[in-house]
Amino acid sequence: MDMITVKIDGKDIQVPADATVLTAAQMAGIDIPTLCYYPGLRPEGACRVCAVEVEGVKSLVASCVYPVTPGAVIHTNTPRVRNARRTIVELMLANHPNSCLTCERNNNCELQQIAFKVGVRKVSFSGERREWLKDETSPSVVRDPEKCILCGRCVKVCNDIQSAGILNYNNRGFDTLVAPVLNRGLGSTSCVACGQCSVVCPVGAITEKNDVDEVWRALSDPKLHVVVQTAPAVRVAIGEEFGLTSSVETGKLVAGLRRLGFDRVFDTDFTADLTIIEEAHELLHRIQNGGTLPMITSCSPGWIKFLEHNYPALLPHLSTCKSPQQMFGALAKSYYADKMGLKPEEIYVVSIMPCTAKKYEAKRPEMSRDGIVDVDAVLTTRELGRMFEEAGIDFAKLPDEEFDEPMGISTGAAVIFGASGGVMEAALRTAVEVITGKELHDIEFAQVRGLEGIKEATLDVAGQKVKVAVANGLANARKLMDLLAAGQADYHFIEIMSCPGGCIGGGGQPLPVDMEVRLARMKAIYQADRDLPLRKSHENPAVKELYKTFLGKPLGHKSHELLHTSYTCRPLFKEC
Amino acid sequence: MFEGACACAQQLPNNGDYDRLAELLNKYKQQKGALIPMLQETQKLFGYLPEPAMEQIARAFAVPLGHIYGVATFYAQFYLEPRGRHVIRVCQGTACHVRGSSKILDRVKQELGINAGETTKDFRYTIEPVACIGACGLAPVMMINENTHGRLTPEMMSKILLKYE
Repeated sequence: MDMITVKIDGKDIQVPADATVLTAAQMAGIDIPTLCYYPGLRPEGACRVCAVEVEGVKSLVASCVYPVTPGAVIHTNTPRVRNARRTIVELMLANHPNSCLTCERNNNCELQQIAFKVGVRKVSFSGERREWLKDETSPSVVRDPEKCILCGRCVKVCNDIQSAGILNYNNRGFDTLVAPVLNRGLGSTSCVACGQCSVVCPVGAITEKNDVDEVWRALSDPKLHVVVQTAPAVRVAIGEEFGLTSSVETGKLVAGLRRLGFDRVFDTDFTADLTIIEEAHELLHRIQNGGTLPMITSCSPGWIKFLEHNYPALLPHLSTCKSPQQMFGALAKSYYADKMGLKPEEIYVVSIMPCTAKKYEAKRPEMSRDGIVDVDAVLTTRELGRMFEEAGIDFAKLPDEEFDEPMGISTGAAVIFGASGGVMEAALRTAVEVITGKELHDIEFAQVRGLEGIKEATLDVAGQKVKVAVANGLANARKLMDLLAAGQADYHFIEIMSCPGGCIGGGGQPLPVDMEVRLARMKAIYQADRDLPLRKSHENPAVKELYKTFLGKPLGHKSHELLHTSYTCRPLFKEC
Repeated sequence: MFEGACACAQQLPNNGDYDRLAELLNKYKQQKGALIPMLQETQKLFGYLPEPAMEQIARAFAVPLGHIYGVATFYAQFYLEPRGRHVIRVCQGTACHVRGSSKILDRVKQELGINAGETTKDFRYTIEPVACIGACGLAPVMMINENTHGRLTPEMMSKILLKYE
């Protein structure tokens, strides 16, 4: 890339010729406030908070979209710029509820931070306010349009990154509203509940559905035996809620959960190992018996809903395996209940997930038996952080503790479920050994790792070519499904994760998220894998025991009843 | 088992207009930037933009329904509710205002029992708010469909309205 010289605030600096004024300023160490700009999303220049002065240009320009030109002279800190920024933020606040103290995003709100940063100490404008109802129809995500500042980040993530196309600008001018068609409740649309909108929302206009109080209620009910399971991606991100960098915090996480009062602290990784065994056998069964191929993973509930609405004809490609969360719930209320001599209804299962769609998944009618749901409550990583705060737990000072047995025992293959490509890699570690009957030494499959949207690999397994693909982010999944629908995808196995980067970038993870954070979490996931003595699912002793004493064999009768599920065809634009 | 779509999927009203819509979609779906003309023609066909028609357009253009809806609600020219056979526009411009147009509008509303922006139950009339129709010399003035009625008094209204079946 050609470099050019520009002058920012009196200092000459070399920047790439295709830089924007914003990135050029960042390179010069100047922090320009932004609101609608979000790394990884198409910049739009909608909010104008990033206004700067460029010599020779009459009006202020939005630095996030304004390109640099050779010799440009830019001022980011003039009275005119400071006044404009302040006025813009004041105008936003004039039509924003002053409910900061009770807002989900209190202390973690970009509008709050910017108002402070640009020096707004009073709002000089008053006038009509928008009045919109809160949308609480989705089990995963709550919309509060009165708090919306119309930055459009959720519209871009929903359309460009996830290709779900649920949120769009409606109406015009003062009546502008970011909402689904006809301002329907999210719960009655084809929204996949991925929650990426809640990740990019700078304010409290889109948040996860808060289920913290339900869990507190269960914990204080003496009649209930409350168990908790925690997903792989939670352990590498929960520290961020307390100002730590992304790293493996499994020990502290377990200790914290125990302090909250859970009767048993278990690991979703236990059933992730189980998922791998069931799924690998299902794949082999399909290959050997002419079943529908490619087989596609079914761990990501947003992805399931996306396929049900958008490509119902492709549903037979989905593995019938329930996700690890749901397998855990089903086993907690059967296998574990038997072991403990408890009735299923006396057990309350909480899961801690990086995901908002898991809340929806737990409420699917298929995910219950005899009126007893597999999983009773789902909390996101963010909600767990809030519970720790409420309980006065100083996360950084917690000691390291171990999961309880037996459903807390797991392998490295389960941990990597948390990163895009991980389920594929874990399945290969098991499937290759099952097919060849020999021990696999080289167990790291680098081709399927990383943040790239679509990854492909061809493996030679006992003389047979096995072709696999991995996609993360639903727009990338759509590309693969279009190929599959056109008969141009000759893969054996496809892994799909709804969120960019996989579960580590999930809709329920700590804020803020960008490429760097995703990479750091991913690195931590693979570190957690290397740290474990066992790294192949079929070597998990607790899972072996489970098959020996309870399930029988993979794909057997009990597995079918407890661990497998079915899917529903749904209309393209709404919920049935 | 999953051939075709599920039972709750798209069932188009049995209506010849939807055959005509399919022809229009064939004409426009390959053209870039054709969404607005497509919506205009659809509205000409149905008198408004029915939801099943917007869904058909979204499928054919391979864009989210929300995108179509966003465009349809941005422009004042598109209607999402059925409209009356006769559209009444009582001018509310400055010249008309000083010559009593609010009394004219009040009388129309009273005669029809609806508010501005609404349609009568029998779909005979729709009252549409309008800022100025550019015929200040005839103030107070109104338009019904393409016909202009000027120098109005409230007493004239019922007779004029009756002319439109």
